[in-house]
Amino acid sequence: MAGYFTNILGGAKSLVVGLSITQRQFFKKPITLQYPWESLEMTPRYRGHIQLIKNAESGTHQCISCGMCEKSCPSDCITIKGEKQEGVKGKVLVKYELDFTKCSLCGQCIANCKPGAIEFSREYNLASTRKEDFHYDLLKRLKEQK
Amino acid sequence: MSSQPLSQNQERFELNLGPQHPATHGVLRVKLLMDGEYIVDAEPVLGYIHRMHELMGENRSWAQYLPNMGRLDYLSALSYNLGYVELVEKMAGIEVPERAEYIRVITTEMNRISSHLLWFGAFVLDLGGFTPLLYAFDDREQILDLLEAVTGSRLTYCYYLFGGCYNDVEDDFLSGCLAFVKRLRTRLPMYHNLVTKNVILRQRLEGVGPVSAEMCRKYGATGPVLRGSGINYDLRKNEPYSIYPELDFDVPVYPEGDSMARFMVRMDEMEQCLRIIEQAIAKIPEGPVMAEKVPKMIKPAAGDYYHAVEAARGTFAIRAVSDGANQAYRMKLRSPTFSNLSLFQEASRGMLLADGLAFMGSLDLVIPEIDR
Repeated sequence: MAGYFTNILGGAKSLVVGLSITQRQFFKKPITLQYPWESLEMTPRYRGHIQLIKNAESGTHQCISCGMCEKSCPSDCITIKGEKQEGVKGKVLVKYELDFTKCSLCGQCIANCKPGAIEFSREYNLASTRKEDFHYDLLKRLKEQK
Repeated sequence: MSSQPLSQNQERFELNLGPQHPATHGVLRVKLLMDGEYIVDAEPVLGYIHRMHELMGENRSWAQYLPNMGRLDYLSALSYNLGYVELVEKMAGIEVPERAEYIRVITTEMNRISSHLLWFGAFVLDLGGFTPLLYAFDDREQILDLLEAVTGSRLTYCYYLFGGCYNDVEDDFLSGCLAFVKRLRTRLPMYHNLVTKNVILRQRLEGVGPVSAEMCRKYGATGPVLRGSGINYDLRKNEPYSIYPELDFDVPVYPEGDSMARFMVRMDEMEQCLRIIEQAIAKIPEGPVMAEKVPKMIKPAAGDYYHAVEAARGTFAIRAVSDGANQAYRMKLRSPTFSNLSLFQEASRGMLLADGLAFMGSLDLVIPEIDR
């Protein structure tokens, strides 16, 4: 019989303790950000889709069209094409296409890029109803970049 | 099992739990044979999210298989990353720098806490308590922010490479981890006051879903399910890998075998993770995070290889057969919750449906990992 009342008292106390915790939390400052009115800065290492790095001095990329990114990609997202051009040593990149619908952001392309010509972008606000919108022409993107 | 009527007014009926049901946390279907509110038989049906991960391992190179590891158990992806890179390092004989090992352990343990926090929130939500989920997500958010700054992603990590890590960590990350350890130490007692001591939770969990050590042995259950049945088995202690032997931590074991025991194992495990992180940060050496000589094309000698790690839900093991090529001849993934779910059929017989769901929650199922 004594156990019966101890159980009830102990149970009631546990509820009061729990309620006092939620009460205290109620008066704390909310931590939720009201996206899209507020948003966080993306961290420098955030993995968005890849992009060619613009060299500040030459104003262009450093890709040598070796095709390592294309070969290392698990999902065949990358298509590149290099051409021999007169007066230029090595190949010149004429096409760099990325099919972002298949990319899983593993970073194998970047890890395998010898000249360090590509990096992750910090794009995350991506939405579309057409999958073609995620087929990126990275060379065009580089030219449009300021 | 036949649907013979029990008495004049009672009849057995079949009930489909899932494949779209919030309590199954994914596309798991459980075919229930019910007698009123009581479960007569429960048959888990898999195959709704099968993505052929094992076959994928056999038709792409070792390195190309890395991103798949983040998509098995998406809640503790780093443990799976770790298991796979350690296997390939073992096969190819790649030495990992010490700093990389420490970074791996710190990030994996952070990931383990985040996984347990999500389970904690979702489990109490299953039982009808909404508030703790929000508190748990508040803490989990801190871990995700920390890991995002290092790995670049928030859930499906692909951070470890053969021979080290994708990038080094900054002091900001390490001090952030220490601040988080301090924060969670104050939050855990709050969780215990709010949830563990709560009379309603105790009534729902104590004595519910007893799983004996014998049943665990029979079905191969591991992780918190096994440790909640009184067996002290943790691969970090029993078959040590990485730098775990250098760290001092305990393995929480509860002998009761009920849902409450499994709950307590995970809660205590979070405390032990904090201890591991603290020690690893104190000991972390300077140096490179990638081995110097990692072959671009990994071609392990022909043979049969096996490696197992302790993931958040139990033993994750990979068996890979190599024929000397750049890709696996056979890849077999052993996921912990597949075994943990297998005992549901036997253990849930005669249980009330509501208790069955509480029991299922205490097993901590992640469906994409059961159904690879």
